[in-house]
Amino acid sequence: MLAALFVMTGIALVLGAALGCAAVYFKVEGNPLAEQIDAILPQTQCAQCGYPGCKPYAEAIASGEAEINLCTPGGDDGARKLAELLGREFKPRGAPAEKLKIVALIDEQTCIGCTLCIQACPVDAIIGSAKQMHTVVSCYCTGCELCLPPCPVDCIALIEEPRTPQNWRWKYPVTGLGVFT
Amino acid sequence: MSYLFVVLGAVLVNNVVFVRILGLCPFMGTSKKLDTAIGMGMATTFVLTLASGTCYLIDNYLLTPFNLSYLRTLAFIVMIAGIVQITELIIHKTSPALQQVLGIFLPLITTNCAVLGIPLLSANFGYGLLESLLFGFGSAVGFTFALILFAGIRERIDGADVPLAFRGVPIAMMTAGFMSLAFMGFAGLDRFHH
Repeated sequence: MLAALFVMTGIALVLGAALGCAAVYFKVEGNPLAEQIDAILPQTQCAQCGYPGCKPYAEAIASGEAEINLCTPGGDDGARKLAELLGREFKPRGAPAEKLKIVALIDEQTCIGCTLCIQACPVDAIIGSAKQMHTVVSCYCTGCELCLPPCPVDCIALIEEPRTPQNWRWKYPVTGLGVFT
Repeated sequence: MSYLFVVLGAVLVNNVVFVRILGLCPFMGTSKKLDTAIGMGMATTFVLTLASGTCYLIDNYLLTPFNLSYLRTLAFIVMIAGIVQITELIIHKTSPALQQVLGIFLPLITTNCAVLGIPLLSANFGYGLLESLLFGFGSAVGFTFALILFAGIRERIDGADVPLAFRGVPIAMMTAGFMSLAFMGFAGLDRFHH
């Protein structure tokens, strides 16, 4: 019992002392990660990211406080480089958190029933026949816009599909680098 | 020859992820991208080899002489956490390039169950210093191997049309299960050992 106490206390003391010494002797001047991030940022000091300049923003990224996609002059390219450096997932700059699905809508009053859009639709989401008005089955429409150019009377518009209890879904599970123990 | 079997057995036959079912958390968590998987594998190899060596020394020269084998789990985990933290500090100072590769993963695996489990197993098997080191290294190579294979498959799955109910983690879990079954095929490989 006493031996156990001594051994564990000994291990803890030695490790504690070693960690303390290492923290003093191997202290890193500045944050090398922040400097690398700073090197990628465009150095325009425009503060559009919400931080006073490029250096503070770099430090905020390095400490994990800030997203990597806030830099407007750096653009998507810069954000991609930052994502590569930090091993984080690339996010398009300033993307809205949630975007509604875009679907095509045919103005049925104007439609002349030419079937051109039916032939253009890659997912067969448009129904109708010759000289009959057509309509879009919105749950199959992918919003690809391929039906817009063939329409001779420009009666197709892209709208945001309204969110209803029928088309609302749970978001897909997202697994990122979390805390692993 | 028996050293070869220690490594081979640890990499293929008793693969740490697929057969011993250790270290599943980083296995599922860091296998989404091949780059991350390789970084994680390298960090684990580094830490696990280091941990196997130090834990052997602690076990052999501190715990066994005082009849304290029952403290293995406690002593090992304290030791591993301490060693990894010190190594991280040293790497941070001396080699920013290595810090880049291993840095974000090192703190994650200090208390990983694979890193704790392998030294405990080699203590149970009564391995010597060289065997412990080889066993640790082999297990870590097996872990890296599993992680890289799995990351490759998951990158393919991302582009596949997976049924809605299976998307994300569920399909990954099932894939891991099938890979585990496949690794059972190596089971007879080490029958000349022992």
